[in-house]
Amino acid sequence: MIALEGVSKIYPGLPRPAVDDLTLMVPGGRTCVLIGPSGCGKTTTMRMVNRLIEPTRGRIVVEGEDVTHADPVSLRRRIGYVIQQIGLFPHMTIAQNVATVPELLGWPSARVAARVDEMLSLVGLDPGGVRDRYPRHLSGGQRQRVGVARALAADPPVMLMDEPFGAVDPLVRTHLQDEFLSILKRLRKTVILVTHDIDEAIRMGDLVAILKDGRLVQCDAPDRLLAMPANAFVADFVGADRALKRLSLVMAGDACEPGTAPAGAPEIAATLSLRDALAILLGTSTEALRVTGPDGQAVGIVTLAGIRARAGEGAGRGLRAAG
Amino acid sequence: MVGPVFTWIAEHPKVFWTAAQQHLVLSAAALGLALALALPLAVVLLRWRRAAATAIALVNVLRTIPSLALLVVMLPILGTGFQPALVALTLYGLPAILINAYTALSEVDADIVEAATGQGLSRAQIVRRIQVPLALPVIFAGIRTAAVQIVSAATLAAFIGGGGLGELITAGMGTLDIPQLVVGGLAVAALAILTELAFGLAERRLNRTRHA
Repeated sequence: MIALEGVSKIYPGLPRPAVDDLTLMVPGGRTCVLIGPSGCGKTTTMRMVNRLIEPTRGRIVVEGEDVTHADPVSLRRRIGYVIQQIGLFPHMTIAQNVATVPELLGWPSARVAARVDEMLSLVGLDPGGVRDRYPRHLSGGQRQRVGVARALAADPPVMLMDEPFGAVDPLVRTHLQDEFLSILKRLRKTVILVTHDIDEAIRMGDLVAILKDGRLVQCDAPDRLLAMPANAFVADFVGADRALKRLSLVMAGDACEPGTAPAGAPEIAATLSLRDALAILLGTSTEALRVTGPDGQAVGIVTLAGIRARAGEGAGRGLRAAG
Repeated sequence: MVGPVFTWIAEHPKVFWTAAQQHLVLSAAALGLALALALPLAVVLLRWRRAAATAIALVNVLRTIPSLALLVVMLPILGTGFQPALVALTLYGLPAILINAYTALSEVDADIVEAATGQGLSRAQIVRRIQVPLALPVIFAGIRTAAVQIVSAATLAAFIGGGGLGELITAGMGTLDIPQLVVGGLAVAALAILTELAFGLAERRLNRTRHA
């Protein structure tokens, strides 16, 4: 659990606070994505949690402990930290990089070595193949995996991730996002992730907090954020295609209706999203799709009318994307 | 030319080896002192960037003072002999070490330092485990430059009674003993080249083990 209570960061000489009376609560095991235009205070907010930046006012509680007055060095050893430029130590092997925090904590070397291999496997790297190599021998995607392995090594309950996919090319990015998301969920980590990519925010976040000029504008689950943007700024920020984005959050298998599709209707796997379903419907000029389970058996249907109803659901406030 | 040189050394072995030994001791001591002063100072300056600019500017002024002038200035302050020569040579070697060390330490990638801070390394641990190892090649290059400068400049110590191979040159000049003069000159040149070669070799080995 991470809680920020009335946190402000004021730099003397600047016209407004970098972060202004921000209150935010991330329940244990959940991921909160901070997003907003540059200068909105998202990175400052994140860096106050591990005291890389000292808050001017307010209280920050991590796992029940007020960290505002904790020793920053030992605090940081309990918080995993992944940065955009990855920041692997170039003069150390991959194993030494991953071992950083366990060694600072004084783990016995056999335990450290076992943990290094476990972490490398966890992030999808072959320990034998990369353990003794240097960061410069690895691709950007592999380095990012090592960055996450290092942050997870001492099993911190809380992770801070600053644009963790920024240095990875777009093809690898989506794959890494899915993979890291499932790892973080499985380990039940409480995560604060900073990004400027709204699609990444919607994909990764249990909660998405939108900041503007140092203030929290809206913090909600992605579906609610897309359905009910608090104001024109949020609506504009999430994009004019927010209805489509909502559809991408729902799997066809979870949204299918009982029924049988007409003979010859196209099929869609239950694990694909309603957005994919819509694309197929539009592409094939049909009204209904057969949704198929893992063995190819039909589990129900998805209809154009059903998708339309779903897209409108909850969007009662009727705020249009700002034009 | 070569013949008289060896003849002179053969005839005055004690004078020659004493001078060579003094030269080495003086140079090594000055280099050691310069290291002991410059390296900690570079680390301290990392935390006071504003003071660092002033310190580097001062040291740069020090660097422009000719070695002979530096030695002669020590005369009225510390008198003659080994000690003032040592002080002057230390000051002479200091700039190359300090400037290289400070620049290399402060130019270690800020992202790497931030990552280290974020993992929970203390300031001292960051200096020891991250900044120093990454800056080592440049730090070492500064030490090599300083070593060669000190060995060369130590020749001038003879002017203030600091001993060393410069004694052979000054004595040779005084008595117009050309072989002695040449022995002194060649020995200093050889020692400077050897220093350069030895430090160069050590530097290459250092870089090789780092990039194994």
